[in-house]
Amino acid sequence: MLEVRDLSFSVGSSAQKLEIIDSVSFTLDDGKFLVITGPNGGGKSTLARLIMGIEKPTSGQIIFNGTDITRMSVTDRARAGIGYAFQHPPRFKGMTVHGLLSLAYGEDLPKDKCCEFLTNVGLCSMEYLDREVDASLSGGELKRVEIATLMARRLGLAIFDEPEAGIDLWSFKMLVETFRQMTRDRHDSVIIISHQERIMQLADEIIVIADGRVRSSGSREDLLPQLLGEFDDVCNLKGNTVKYR
Amino acid sequence: MSDTIDSALLSEIADLHAVPAGAYNIRKNGAASGRRSTANIEITTKADRPGIDIRIAPFTKNESVHIPVIITETGLDDKVYNDFYIGEGADVLIVAGCGIHNAGDSKTQHDGIHRFFIGRNARVRYVEKHVGRGEGTGERVLNPTTEVTQEEGSVCEMEMVQIKGVDSTLRQTTVHLAASAKLIVTERLLTHGAQKARSNIDVYLDGADASAQIVSRSVAKDKSEQVFYPRAVGNNLCKAHVQCDSIIMDSAKIRSIPEIAANHSEAQIVHEAAIGRINNDQLVKLQTFGMDEARAEDVIIRGFLK
Repeated sequence: MLEVRDLSFSVGSSAQKLEIIDSVSFTLDDGKFLVITGPNGGGKSTLARLIMGIEKPTSGQIIFNGTDITRMSVTDRARAGIGYAFQHPPRFKGMTVHGLLSLAYGEDLPKDKCCEFLTNVGLCSMEYLDREVDASLSGGELKRVEIATLMARRLGLAIFDEPEAGIDLWSFKMLVETFRQMTRDRHDSVIIISHQERIMQLADEIIVIADGRVRSSGSREDLLPQLLGEFDDVCNLKGNTVKYR
Repeated sequence: MSDTIDSALLSEIADLHAVPAGAYNIRKNGAASGRRSTANIEITTKADRPGIDIRIAPFTKNESVHIPVIITETGLDDKVYNDFYIGEGADVLIVAGCGIHNAGDSKTQHDGIHRFFIGRNARVRYVEKHVGRGEGTGERVLNPTTEVTQEEGSVCEMEMVQIKGVDSTLRQTTVHLAASAKLIVTERLLTHGAQKARSNIDVYLDGADASAQIVSRSVAKDKSEQVFYPRAVGNNLCKAHVQCDSIIMDSAKIRSIPEIAANHSEAQIVHEAAIGRINNDQLVKLQTFGMDEARAEDVIIRGFLK
């Protein structure tokens, strides 16, 4: 279970302080699938990075399975069972896809298992096992490999930062199915940052983050119709200028 | 291969765990320590200076030559001239390399001067590894000079690796390519402590349709210093690509000076060079797998130099 308590993150000096995340609180129970959505620049990715420990909060607390992890390093959080798929994954010169997935897995990943993960993210597996995770991969291919790195782990909490970005619509359908299966089989709980209605359709709960604050939160049944209404109206969740009602 | 130090050095520089299959010549502390010629590969001692001639008969296929050098005496200054004559249409693997184990306080140096004459349509894969170790304070110095002459249609792949332990290196590589000849050079280097390494590579694309690819990857740690000076000169219709990529750490210094020159309007020559720290996102990504920073750094460097 994840509890985020009154979490804030600001940058700049005290005279010119910019609140990126401003007193955000929520709880995510085990077995739940949470989608965090909202306009670009609203603080969604920062919130995800705070949970993974890549950024350190200015104040507030993060409790994971009863342990206060607020001051824990990324490494220790990973060991405690949190995983994070980057919005813009780094490339590694000289590292093969199989090598990267083995590092995620924690030991040499059997090739058939590796192929299964790659197939699940829409990559023709045999072609990709020995490809390097470098500039020869397209942005979409890299994102899929990134998603596969989380499939190779068994996590208490898997966080995906805009996994759909750079992935074509055809593959996207398959990806949605992968996420559905992943929540069911592999991870205790999942947070996905997304603008996609199709991914929100998978959610148990949705949180809308805007201007660093929780603008609204609730069950998918309650929140999604309202969000879709906004989508038609003024709130373009893909990140264009937004006016809130 | 009498003792453990010899075996360890041989396995590191030439992947040798037993007497190699095929032709070989092992040089230890400036003297011959074992040799075998085969029906197609003849190894003979030079009459006029230290070193050997290796003659590979035309159309020899799938054979290998191992010529490792190991030095375990401190204070030795060893200079050797090895000439390789590779016959037309041959396809061979040549594994060279030098391992110095310096347990004393005097400088130990090995200068290997290798000349390759690669015949028409022959293919050569050349692997050279340098290793330095030993608990003494004596310097371990390796200065290899490699001259390659490639005839028409020949292919030469050179893999030159020096990972740790060598205090000072000056590497000079010069290659001339005739028509349709192809050269692929992969150089990998890791320096640490106060080590210094310089690598000059001069490639002359003299014949039509010659091509060359030079990829240099290096990591400089601690206070070590590296200089790369790869130069590709297009004297005909040709293609060449020079790429130098370095990771810099601690208070190391790296200079990368790729030079390209064209003396023909149909020469296409490209160079790329980059020096930078380990990307922070790479470190964080591996930390999200549960690795600590030191292990993540090690994994990134190993991959980069693979």
